[in-house]
Amino acid sequence: MDIKIQNLSKSYGLQKAVNDISFEVRTGEIVGFLGPNGAGKTTTMKMITGYLDADAGDVTIGGKSVKSGDTKQHIGYLPEHNPLYLEMPVLDYLTFCASVQGMNKAGIPDRLRKMVRECGLDAEKHKKIGELSKGYRQRVGLAQALIHDPEILILDEPTTGLDPNQIVEIRELIKNIGKEKTVILSTHILPEVEATCDRILIINNGSIVADGTAATLRKQAKGQQVLHVRIEDGEQNEVFEKLRNLPSVAMVDFLDREAGRFEVQSQQEATANREIFELCVKQKWALTEMVPFETRLEDIFRDLTLN
Amino acid sequence: MNPTWVIAKRELSSYFDSLVAYILLVIFLGLTGFFTWLVGADIFIRKQVDLRVFFEVAQLTLLLFIPAITMRQFAEEKRTGTIELLLTKNVTNRQVVLGKFLSCLLMVGIALAFTLPYYISVAQLGNIDHGATISGYLGLILLSASYISIGLFTSTLTDNQVVAFLLALFTGLMFHFLFDAIAMGLSGWAGEIAGMLSLSRHFDSISRGLLDSKDLIYFLTIIVLGLLLAEWKISKRR
Repeated sequence: MDIKIQNLSKSYGLQKAVNDISFEVRTGEIVGFLGPNGAGKTTTMKMITGYLDADAGDVTIGGKSVKSGDTKQHIGYLPEHNPLYLEMPVLDYLTFCASVQGMNKAGIPDRLRKMVRECGLDAEKHKKIGELSKGYRQRVGLAQALIHDPEILILDEPTTGLDPNQIVEIRELIKNIGKEKTVILSTHILPEVEATCDRILIINNGSIVADGTAATLRKQAKGQQVLHVRIEDGEQNEVFEKLRNLPSVAMVDFLDREAGRFEVQSQQEATANREIFELCVKQKWALTEMVPFETRLEDIFRDLTLN
Repeated sequence: MNPTWVIAKRELSSYFDSLVAYILLVIFLGLTGFFTWLVGADIFIRKQVDLRVFFEVAQLTLLLFIPAITMRQFAEEKRTGTIELLLTKNVTNRQVVLGKFLSCLLMVGIALAFTLPYYISVAQLGNIDHGATISGYLGLILLSASYISIGLFTSTLTDNQVVAFLLALFTGLMFHFLFDAIAMGLSGWAGEIAGMLSLSRHFDSISRGLLDSKDLIYFLTIIVLGLLLAEWKISKRR
């Protein structure tokens, strides 16, 4: 099932939370929804689930508008702060979720066993949800979203508040589940998106400012290459000057003057590796380090969202 | 299974899991039993084989008892955010409201069922008017359903349980005493309208054994109106 978002807008009072955004998520895609806090991620996700009504525009899921109310059974939703009935035991809660989603009573025990195993809840299944640690609650949250085997998963910051081990586990889980499902997950943890998502959407001030894979975003953001080099045996200022005068080099910066480490940015669409090497050979300097530096997703994110 | 029933079952069992049910049952049975059998104008002093005292006490006890069970229904779900999860499941707003209504009504039904021994005991003492007693119970159920409906609506208005409780109690008191007092104080059409709105008057006429369609329509109107308002309120999300 695919998700189509067309000219969606939503305001709270005078503040425009989501401003005329449109995008599509194809069946089977895992899309990472990125943006600073307050950019409109949660609002957009709430409109996709049908919890909030849009002021304008529409969301269609598998061709059906969310306004029809027919789309709910296809969606599994994990809201932002993972609200759960804390007084209920895990199994009772999941049974409740399964029946309220309209699952056939006979199919529930099998499905429950599968969910408990996949989400790693076996040791905790008889405990009350309120007694569980944050990581386990998050698993219960995922299990309730998945219990009726929905084709679409909407996960609002699924890894906030988890420790690094738990983050990796939940990420793996999402990746596994995502093989067969259409997933939208929001986060502001950038490595998470790279690790789990096929595609990245960056939203800022209610508008989409970037859309593509991590690789295409990198390419769009910066055409030039960044190198970290360390050159020994030369006089620092002379090295600096000579590097700067290379035709393929746009900018040179000291990283560590004592150790002779520089950051070299090449001209657009050019690489400076060869020229730096040849320069060192000619000057009889020792080139002890040359590391190409990838533009980090963090920088792209900052470029796009800090105006 | 019907989602309305699934929700009702969950709510009902959460009353029993959290002790709320037991505390309220003890208070309800304690108060009604105390006044019916032991104190004041009780059955032995009145020397009449009927449950009038019980019906008098029960309607006042329910006035307090019901806001205490309805207050958390929506207010608590709004405070913790679980309402969002519930409403994005494959259920309609109406099914959620009806499920919660049903769970409260069942809770009251259980409390009333525990008073059936009163009926049986009194019936042993002489010739009880079965018709009047049954219509008295019907009156209590209609009155309870009205208070539940009011309580559910006030619970949708806030995310604070105490506020929901007080609003429900105040509205209940208004319907129970205020309109009656106005009706007695005023003559003419204003008094008549207040009398028509007075819940205690309609309850009295049913509990005396008079089943009038006017009274039934009155209670059903309050119930339906309260539930529709609750449904409307939860469909308005910011």
